Amino acid sequence: MYKGRAHKVGAHIDTDAIIPARFLVTTDTEELGRNCMEGLQAGWVKRVKKGDIMVAGENFGCGSSREHAPLAIIGAGIPVVIAHSFARIFYRNGFNMGLILLEVGDAVKKIEDGDDLIIDPVNGTIKNETSGDVIKTSPVPPFMQQILDKGGLVNYVKDRKAAQA
Amino acid sequence: MRQTLAQKILQRHTDETVSQDGQIVRCRVSLVLANDITAPLAIKSFNKMGATEVFDKDKIALVCDHFTPNKDIDSAEQVKVVREFAMAKGITHYYEGGDCGVEHALLPELGLVGPGDVVIGADSHTCTYGGLGAFATGMGSTDIAAAMVMGETWFKVPPTIRVVLEGTLPKWIGGKDIILELIGMIGVSGALYKALEFAGPVVEQLSIEQRMTMSNMAIEAGGKVGLFPVDAKTLAYAKAAGRTGDTELYADEGAHYEREVVIDCSKLTPRVACPHLPDNVKPVDECVGIRIDQSIIGSCTNGRIEDMREAAAVLKGRKVAKHVRCIVLPATPAIWKQSLKEGLLEIFMDSGCVVGPPTCGPCLGGHMGILAAGERSIATTNRNFKGRMGSLQSEVYLSGPAVAAASAIAGEIVHPEKI
Ligand code: SF4
Repeated sequence: MYKGRAHKVGAHIDTDAIIPARFLVTTDTEELGRNCMEGLQAGWVKRVKKGDIMVAGENFGCGSSREHAPLAIIGAGIPVVIAHSFARIFYRNGFNMGLILLEVGDAVKKIEDGDDLIIDPVNGTIKNETSGDVIKTSPVPPFMQQILDKGGLVNYVKDRKAAQA
Repeated sequence: MRQTLAQKILQRHTDETVSQDGQIVRCRVSLVLANDITAPLAIKSFNKMGATEVFDKDKIALVCDHFTPNKDIDSAEQVKVVREFAMAKGITHYYEGGDCGVEHALLPELGLVGPGDVVIGADSHTCTYGGLGAFATGMGSTDIAAAMVMGETWFKVPPTIRVVLEGTLPKWIGGKDIILELIGMIGVSGALYKALEFAGPVVEQLSIEQRMTMSNMAIEAGGKVGLFPVDAKTLAYAKAAGRTGDTELYADEGAHYEREVVIDCSKLTPRVACPHLPDNVKPVDECVGIRIDQSIIGSCTNGRIEDMREAAAVLKGRKVAKHVRCIVLPATPAIWKQSLKEGLLEIFMDSGCVVGPPTCGPCLGGHMGILAAGERSIATTNRNFKGRMGSLQSEVYLSGPAVAAASAIAGEIVHPEKI
């Protein structure tokens, strides 16, 4: 279960908006997090409290295949992104880095900036405490949940290797 | 359930039941690919995973084709990382020297990818193998590293757009013209997240080379894969490449498609994608007279033997315009040798072309044909993004081999029939 305030961003947010190339000189999650969404608006990340939720329009994360983009969001303290839809490589990279991504289509309109959300990724429900709406989405599949539980694909593989040894 | 080609192939590689689009399935991979740019990153992740061995030494291909033969110190360092990893892990399919070619032309030729395979590569044009009926797609470096360790990966089952190719192929029209037409119709994000599946009477007429040219550019429409059915032609190609046990593969009658797009190929004229996006597609007649400085014939899109033959047929007995560099790069050593045997290289050189080694080279603005500010190239490659082939102030026009060859002679974009 995740509980946090919604921060809405628009459609077609690309990886340069999430983390501009000039910040790619590090792979440190927290440092990347300090510049999260810096390509969208300077100082954007200041509004975020740990545990808050990002809510986006269509095609979130389009552009390059940089894995720094989901890392920057995680580094900013955001565990979940809800979007109308995600760009393909970002979607993969997100789960692989340990970020929960929920695709909800048009239902994303039922969330306003600043709404308080309670999210249950296992059952696929998003409760909007401010409006009272409940959005159903496909639950995160068990296999993806395992990757998330391990904190990403690198650790997941590491542990599976260790278990085999 | 009646299945699309994408669903069918994924089903063969997973223990789960593929029941709907959007479902996430874990699949065993037939081959994992990386190149000299992407392998170093994947190797880094591989080491972070604490892995010491790859899942199967015969099912990983490391092809150093982008900047090779190494163009500078940085590229040499990158290749060194890959080579040392390949040697240390005993990777069977490591290519760098005289056995190396452009990855997506090389692997099909070697029989390393083929019908019904699931192939993932740290290169966006991995989708090329869809021409052989393989579910093949590009991914990020950590995904590739994980697959090198585990031999499996996860996929979201893509919805499919069915592309029906009607009519018959007129003279001068090849796979490149059809795929450019499609990208022009549906746009650079028209197939985002989706599979393209090609069908219709023209499929039979297309050679495997032409099918690979088309699948190669599925990604230019945002597609995850671009799939052709596996027919007798595919099987003959796979057999000649030394594969055994492949069988025909078609989508089920009545499978569910998200959308259908129809192209009447009989009406097509040669197509050109103008700067700076692959969906800015026009008939060649609307581009006539645009002066060029360079013509590139090669790449994973159009660097195969048929492309060499098509270009040579136009260039034979003619001269490249004095102000144009026409650079021909047969995509693999086998294609190079075949071109030599058939006298194509002599035709190229007699007409004033530069014949280079198999490499990606200018396709990604790497080396061997970089553009200055204000220069313009026509190219048989697949991307014409701003600055792709050199200066941010240069321009790239994409076309098939006949138009690229004819334009080199005319010194400006021209219909091959008009020279
Ligand atoms: S030829 Fe061009 S598109 Fe193909 S793999 Fe090389 S750089 Fe990429």
